[in-house]
Amino acid sequence: MSELKKRLTSWDSIIVLLTLAVLVVASLAVPNFGTSRNFTFLVLDLLPIALVALPMTFIVVTGEIDLSVASTLGLCSAIMGVLWNNNMSIESIIPLCMVIGAVLGAVNGFLVTGLGLPSLAVTIGTLALYRGLAFVVLGDSAVADFPYSYTNWVTGTIGGGAVPNVLIVLVVLALIFGIVLHATPFGRSLFAIGANDQAAHFSGIRVARTKFWLYVLSGAVAGLVGVLWTLRYSSARADNGSGLELAVVAAVLLGGVSIFGGKGSLPGVLAGVVLLAALQNALRLQDVSGQALNIVTGALLVLSVLLPNIATAIRANWQRRRLRQAAAR
Amino acid sequence: MLRTHRRLLAVGTSSLLLLGMAACSGTTKENSSDTGTGAQAAASADPNAKLKEGLKIAYLPKQLNNPYSDVETSGGKVAVGELKGEYKLVGPNDASASSQVSYINTLIQQQQDVIVVAANDPNAVCPSLNQARAAKIKVVSFDSDASKACRDVFINQATTQGIGESLVKMASEQAGGSGEIAILSATPNATNQNAWIDVMKEELKKPEYSKLKLVKTAYGNDDDQKSFQEAQGLLQSYPNLKVIVSPTTVGIAAASRYVSSSSYKGKVAITGLGLPNQMRQYVKDGTVKKFALWNPADIGYLAAYAGAALASGQITGKEGEKFTAGKLGEYTIGVDGEIVLGPPTEFTAANIDQFNF
Repeated sequence: MSELKKRLTSWDSIIVLLTLAVLVVASLAVPNFGTSRNFTFLVLDLLPIALVALPMTFIVVTGEIDLSVASTLGLCSAIMGVLWNNNMSIESIIPLCMVIGAVLGAVNGFLVTGLGLPSLAVTIGTLALYRGLAFVVLGDSAVADFPYSYTNWVTGTIGGGAVPNVLIVLVVLALIFGIVLHATPFGRSLFAIGANDQAAHFSGIRVARTKFWLYVLSGAVAGLVGVLWTLRYSSARADNGSGLELAVVAAVLLGGVSIFGGKGSLPGVLAGVVLLAALQNALRLQDVSGQALNIVTGALLVLSVLLPNIATAIRANWQRRRLRQAAAR
Repeated sequence: MLRTHRRLLAVGTSSLLLLGMAACSGTTKENSSDTGTGAQAAASADPNAKLKEGLKIAYLPKQLNNPYSDVETSGGKVAVGELKGEYKLVGPNDASASSQVSYINTLIQQQQDVIVVAANDPNAVCPSLNQARAAKIKVVSFDSDASKACRDVFINQATTQGIGESLVKMASEQAGGSGEIAILSATPNATNQNAWIDVMKEELKKPEYSKLKLVKTAYGNDDDQKSFQEAQGLLQSYPNLKVIVSPTTVGIAAASRYVSSSSYKGKVAITGLGLPNQMRQYVKDGTVKKFALWNPADIGYLAAYAGAALASGQITGKEGEKFTAGKLGEYTIGVDGEIVLGPPTEFTAANIDQFNF
């Protein structure tokens, strides 16, 4: 099989093509889908998922997971509301929220790498813990009077056109994360860790330290998304972003990242995010109910795990038969 | 490797600190005065304008499959039928602040004429509602108001003051004028319930209610199971409790179900705001003596006529403008674009069979 053919039949290119197909079909078949305003709405809807998915891709590639991201987002949002109520300036709140997110991520990182606990259990624990803390911090109230210049920037578009301002944030971060993952030794070390962390350790990669910093990074990005979320809905609340972690993990897996680590690509993940968001958007424009949307998302996720496995099995079977034929000859 | 990490960390933290310090003179709550308004160009109302036919009127309740909002929107459906418009009902599965925004955006894309919305969070929906209004869509809020800067009119089921007063009055009657009472509310940030509870607290300060003691406000999140557990918790923590007041249909039904099947039946009274169909069996078995509610179907009905009057140019949402809402008769817009439906109806064993909703 040639290199090109192999690349084209890999799951992440299939998902990129599938996403493009969905976008084209939806633009043609769904009224009001292909308009510039809908593009703005679509980007605003997928932005938090896409941003959190960037560090999540790194973490899943190393064979770990971070389910606490949405709760980190909520806690940062709650803290943001409290600080704003205490008359701190928004310019200092925003970096502070990212620092707090990083600290929350460091706690995950320490528990996973320092104490060697399984990341699934740790981050399910902090998922509940951080969300609980968010309610302790802000209680059940909402803080809403953020400055218009900031909330308007987050919901606004460049020059009043179709491209949302926040897309800049996504493009810049996606480029950085993409280059780091696919074009640096550090990025390759992540794949090595995910493929076999013992082997990676013996080839001189600092496995524990790398994973620790990935959790810090994930926390910081979740903190940033907490700020953007709060400003987009002009509402700091402890329940902001609940359930987002599932959408993120769904997109990452749909994008072809192996849950066991060692495999995946950032373009695939971004395509996964766009695919899920575009499908939801298009179906909603067609008046499909919320429950049905959940069914579609769930089914896609199951298929994304199932299909590559079936494909691998078929390919292995086919190869074995060919070898057997060659041997018989 | 280690050294570069440390250096990076040092540079990172110090630049953050610098940023923080430089920002000390930045935008704070006290000095920020910029607020956005998305008001449409003020058009003048033409009271004699004919109601348009074929208007696309979309309802966006707090969440779908909530029995109360189902009744509200059913009234809307009837009114839209009378108006010969196109009725549509959309909504999220969960009552979170952000989930309604995507639906508003979708309705903008579908170029509806009127959006009738019950806001989960008065501010979170604001930017999108203003985008809708910029796209010449009329916004009517009902049930739970959005910020008044981002809707044209609000259909108020009853005045906050009136509901709070009637809740305390019913609680006092059931408690026999003295004793411990507790509130079982919806979500802790529900706009309506919090406003009513505030009025109740003020009412309770009056001398005639001085023997009533509000011991706790619990939150059942408008979730049947959670409300049931919270009611159970209240009765266990406060053995002398005489009345649970639940200003939400989910809460009052769950609390009644618990009390009617427990040893507290007959000792603890339940009252508040409930749907006759859900409460009928508890009124008949004596768990509940009296509760109140406006007719929710009328809210949806009135909202459709208000939306149609807005879209036809009969009214613009200013105080004092009048319009006719089909079988409900004439309404006048009050302060801040509020339209009050009327006083709540009280339901007892004597009259409950006359109502079916």
